[in-house]
This record gives sequence, structure tokens and C-alpha cells, in this order.
Amino acid sequence: MAMIEIERLVKRFGAFTAVDGVGFSVERGTVLGFLGPNGAGKSTTMKMITGFLPPTSGRIAVSGFDIAEQPLSAKRCIGYLPEGAPAYADMTPRAFLDFIADVRGLTGADRQRKLDEAIARIDLEPVLEQPIDTLSKGFKRRVGLAQAILHDPEVLILDEPTDGLDPNQKHAVRTLIKGMAATKAIIISTHILEEVEAVCTRSLIIARGKVLAEGEPLPDAAGWRFGTLEAAPGRLDAVFRQITTGQGASDQVTELAA
Amino acid sequence: MITGTVAIFRRELAGYFATPVAFVFIIIFLLLNGIFTFYVGGFFERGQADLRPFFVFHPWLYLLLMPAIAMRLWAEERRSGSIELLLTLPVGLFDVVVGKFLAAWCFTAIALALTFPIWLTVSLLGHPDQGVILAGYLGSLLMAGGYLAICACLSAATRNQVIAFVVGVIVCLLFTVSGTPIVLDLISSWAPHALVETIASFSFLTRFESIVQGVIDVRDLIYFASLIAFWLFANAVVVELRKAG
Ligand SMILES: Nc1ncnc2c1ncn2[C@@H]1O[C@H](COP(=O)(O)OP(=O)(O)OP(=O)(O)O)[C@@H](O)[C@H]1O
Ligand SMILES: [Mg+2]
Repeated sequence: MAMIEIERLVKRFGAFTAVDGVGFSVERGTVLGFLGPNGAGKSTTMKMITGFLPPTSGRIAVSGFDIAEQPLSAKRCIGYLPEGAPAYADMTPRAFLDFIADVRGLTGADRQRKLDEAIARIDLEPVLEQPIDTLSKGFKRRVGLAQAILHDPEVLILDEPTDGLDPNQKHAVRTLIKGMAATKAIIISTHILEEVEAVCTRSLIIARGKVLAEGEPLPDAAGWRFGTLEAAPGRLDAVFRQITTGQGASDQVTELAA
Repeated sequence: MITGTVAIFRRELAGYFATPVAFVFIIIFLLLNGIFTFYVGGFFERGQADLRPFFVFHPWLYLLLMPAIAMRLWAEERRSGSIELLLTLPVGLFDVVVGKFLAAWCFTAIALALTFPIWLTVSLLGHPDQGVILAGYLGSLLMAGGYLAICACLSAATRNQVIAFVVGVIVCLLFTVSGTPIVLDLISSWAPHALVETIASFSFLTRFESIVQGVIDVRDLIYFASLIAFWLFANAVVVELRKAG
């Protein structure tokens, strides 16, 4: 059984359809990348998987728990970094992580170990006692990441996890994600195509609420294949443009005979 | 379930004291209580050993102060987007609603407890009926809970704390004055008798008045308790409906 199972997911805001029949599943060991233009419905999909927004129709199961029927059991298995990494501005990262640990019911030695581990992995030590609203954008994002991995969840949903990070931190976060991948099911959304190549084992290109293409890396780091299109290493942007706009530098994209 | 409510309660309560605003608020609360009791209420001139001049102004004080305490509970959560984090944690929505409400109520209880010098004064100067005073304090706290539950719900309807405050004051005003002669005279000329009775029965003022006199009627207690329960339930519904926007 897949850790995340999604069937015919639809979300309407009034007359506007933000997510239009998305379906996929994610196994343990997979890092799935959501790619897509602004307003494609990536964040909306993540908000439904994490139980924040109720879908208009469709079914979501996380670790075998239906998010509509057993929301608390499902939420216990999920670590979520919402878009923009919201947190409580007046708290320090230490107080904030303590609060998250409290809500998640962590106690005793296990709690301390998990807090220490998250802080060390995200390298938050230098800012632990500084109010979150005085932190730089990158550190705010890192506080959000620490919060998401705190309870060592089976499923991680990270909405633009490296947005606003410096190059060293981007590298560190990608290494962290790859390091956790073996035992978890992870979904990330990103606008950075190298990031997909660097950390993802699968990718969905989403536009106007629909999954347009599903991609996988080719063997021997020879690039990526999306359906009938193949991209050379470092040339995912051409495939992305071709799929989402129907035009692009087709000389950089290899169209396979179906 | 309890774990989540307790964690949220503690965070919210600590949040009140994280800024000087809490202390400013408590000082204003105590000052106003002092002014009303000793000057406006004529505490000394009455020459009676009771706290009536102190309690009598509480509905009017709460009318302005409770919306100020409750306005940020949900509006700020929605403005900053942290509501998305909060509602994807493994806590039921109603547990969150209750945790936040209890924190605001506890903060009010602390402010109310700090009025003890007024009680000391009256106890040293005379021999007041301590039972009546205790009833007054409990009634006052219960009524504050009613105002807070109303304002917490309204705070969930907007991302703007100022709007939450203004609407809170207006709705609280309606609940306060609905039993006064002015309002009743105004509507009794055209409204059916049953409606007038219903509106009058919603009044905080009339019910609080009798509690302060030491008359604890179970119906008054049930009224405030069910009012709080109703508005907390409405609070959860409003959060559910409005969280996306
Ligand atoms: N609460 C809402 N009410 C109305 N429309 C909404 C709401 N939330 C999202 N939308 C709309 O749904 C669409 C999808 O938004 P979403 O945030 O999922 O896009 P996205 O793929 O995450 O984009 P980005 O790459 O810019 O983050 C957008 O057109 C957005 O305006
Ligand atoms: Mg987004």
C-alpha cells in the first residue's frame, strides 16, 4: 500500500476550479516533486493532503488513514511546511518548537532527543533565542522546516522548502531531504528545476489544476523523461515550457516515437 | 485531546504576557475599576460594607475590554497564515477553540483577581457579607466568559483585529442592553410580547444584577454556560467556513 494515495481530487473556490481531478500515489522512499506555473494548484493540493482544506470531491489517504474520516490519525503521520512558512512571530524558535512538541504529545527523553535532532539537522542553534519576526527570511523558512521534521513523520509535505535560502542552505536542505527519503514518502513543490534533478525520484507537472505529465530520471543520470519527452541533464526547463505552454526550444527536447 | 488543548492554552496565555500590552491592559482595568468604584460609584459616601459600586460597572467595562482581549485570538492567526499550521496539527478544531477561549478567560481571571485590594479595603472597613462578594466575583467572571466567547467567535470571521474589536463591542453592547427599559420600551410598542420577553431574557445586565445581590439563580448560571457553549460552537463553525480565505 502506498503511503499517500490520492484519487480524482477536485477543489473549487466558487466557480473557479483550482484542482481538477488530480490523482497519484507516493510510496515509501519516493521524493515526489510538484512542478508547475504560478497558480497551478500545487499549494491547494498540499493543503488538502494535510487536512487544512476539505476537497470538493475525491479521496485522500495518508499512511492508510482517510483524511476526511480519521483526520487526527492522518495528521499525526504528516510533517507539513506550509507555503511561506508561517509561524508565531512573537515566539522564539525554541519556544515555538516546544509548543509544536507539546501539541504533538512528545514527552520525556524522546521529546528532548527529537528537539535536539531537529535543531541540529536544520542548524538552528544560533537563532534559538531570537524572536521569529526578527529572523531573516531564510531562517524563518528553516524554523518551519524544523517544525515539520520534529516528530520524525512518515510523510513530509514541503511547500517550496528552499525558497529564500542561501546556496549553502539550499544544498544542506536538499541533502537533508535526500537523507530522509529512504524511510519516508516526501512531496515537495518547487520552481527550481535543478532541485527536481537534485532530490526528486519522480515529478508531476501540474497546470490549471491538472497533472499534465509525470516524469522520472533516466538511468545513469542521463536526464529525465516526461511521457514521450526526454530532457538532457540540466535541460528540464525546455521540457517544462513545452509541456506547460505547448512551445519551447524543441531542439533541446527529444520527442520519442510513441 | 487534552494534550492539544493544554498546549494551545499555555501558548496563548504566555502570548498575552509576551508583550507589555498585557500589563498595560491590567493597569487600565484596575484603574478604571478604582475610578468607578470610588468616585463614580461613591464607595465611601454610601457608607455600606459591600462591593456593589465595584461590580455594577463591570458589564460596561467588559463591553470594551473583552473585545480587546479576544480580538487577536483568530484574526491574527488568519492574517499571519499560522492558522494553516495550527489546523494541520493533530488537534481537533473544537479543542483548539476551547484552548484559546480558556486562555483569554484565564487572563481575565488574573486581572479580576488583582482587584483584591478593593476587597481588602471593604473587609477592613466593615463586615461585608463575604458570600455575596464571592458570588459577585464568580458572576463577574462568568459574564466575562460570555463576552469573550462572543468576541472569540467574531475574531474568527475576519483577519483584521480592528474590525474584530469594533464588531465585538457592538454585539456585546446588544447583549448588555437588551434588558434595559430603553430598549424594551423601544420594541414593546410594535413587537409581540413573546419577542420582547425573549430579547429581555438575553440581557447580561439583568442577570448579573441579581447575582451581584447574592441571588444565585441556577437559570442565570445555565444561561451564561449555554451562551458560552453556543458561541464556542459557532466559533468552530466560523473557523471551518472562513479558513480558506
Ligand atoms: N482561498 C481561495 N479562494 C479563491 N481562490 C483561491 C484560494 N486559494 C487558492 N486559490 C486559487 O487557486 C489557484 C491555485 O492556487 P495555488 O496556491 O494552489 O497555486 P500554486 O500552484 O501553489 O502556485 P504558486 O506556484 O504561485 O505557489 C490560484 O488561481 C489561486 O488564486
Ligand atoms: Mg504555491
